[in-house]
Amino acid sequence: MIWQLDLALLFLIVIIAIVTITVRDLLSAIMLLCAYSFLMALVWVEMHSVDVAFTEAAVGAGATTAFLIAALSRTKRWEKK
Amino acid sequence: MNSKDSGMSGGKGGDVVVETVSRLMVPFIQLFALYVIIHGAGGPGGGFQGGVIFASSFILYVIAFGIVKAGNRFSEAKNTVLFSTGVYIYAGVGLLCIICGLAFGAQFLNYGYIPLTHHFEENRALGMDLVEVGIGITVMAVITSIFFNLVWKREGEEVEGED
Repeated sequence: MIWQLDLALLFLIVIIAIVTITVRDLLSAIMLLCAYSFLMALVWVEMHSVDVAFTEAAVGAGATTAFLIAALSRTKRWEKK
Repeated sequence: MNSKDSGMSGGKGGDVVVETVSRLMVPFIQLFALYVIIHGAGGPGGGFQGGVIFASSFILYVIAFGIVKAGNRFSEAKNTVLFSTGVYIYAGVGLLCIICGLAFGAQFLNYGYIPLTHHFEENRALGMDLVEVGIGITVMAVITSIFFNLVWKREGEEVEGED
């Protein structure tokens, strides 16, 4: 494990998580959630659990993003104030 | 809706770059998914991940060619048959283990007792691969079915909130 890389990744993950729950544009929130999942997969690889990283990259960054965008196409893009 | 509708919500015409790239990408994604399923016993990956990757190739197909053209190929009936088949493969291999291992304790999913080869360890590896194939088929069909149900527009339904 490289602790500098871990620190940078976790720092970015916290920032992305905070931005995801505060942003008003729901499409941006979905894409940020995709980036969150991908960085999370990198963290799993850092922790030497490649199997979990594989699942996170396939389900979190791939399928869930497609599902959420498909659900978003049925509703409004902007969150109400 | 005609068959040239592209994009998940339909409407705009197809883009030649997107269509060509996804036509090239889909077989390779499926090949990679099969690789992940087969190598799931010995390395990272497995039935679930391979199934999700296989389903994401269908998602790419829907994004490129539109839901109408894709929905004619993967109907709900076919998906239902596929995900039942996967569960039956899983449970069937488990029951086969019980039947073949009756003299040895009759354990569910103890693959070593299936007489595929003469070695206990090889039987175990082959049985694990069979179960992974079952899991992969089920996950692929279920995720494709969820995505199609999310995207598919029912007849007479108006598009709301397009701003």
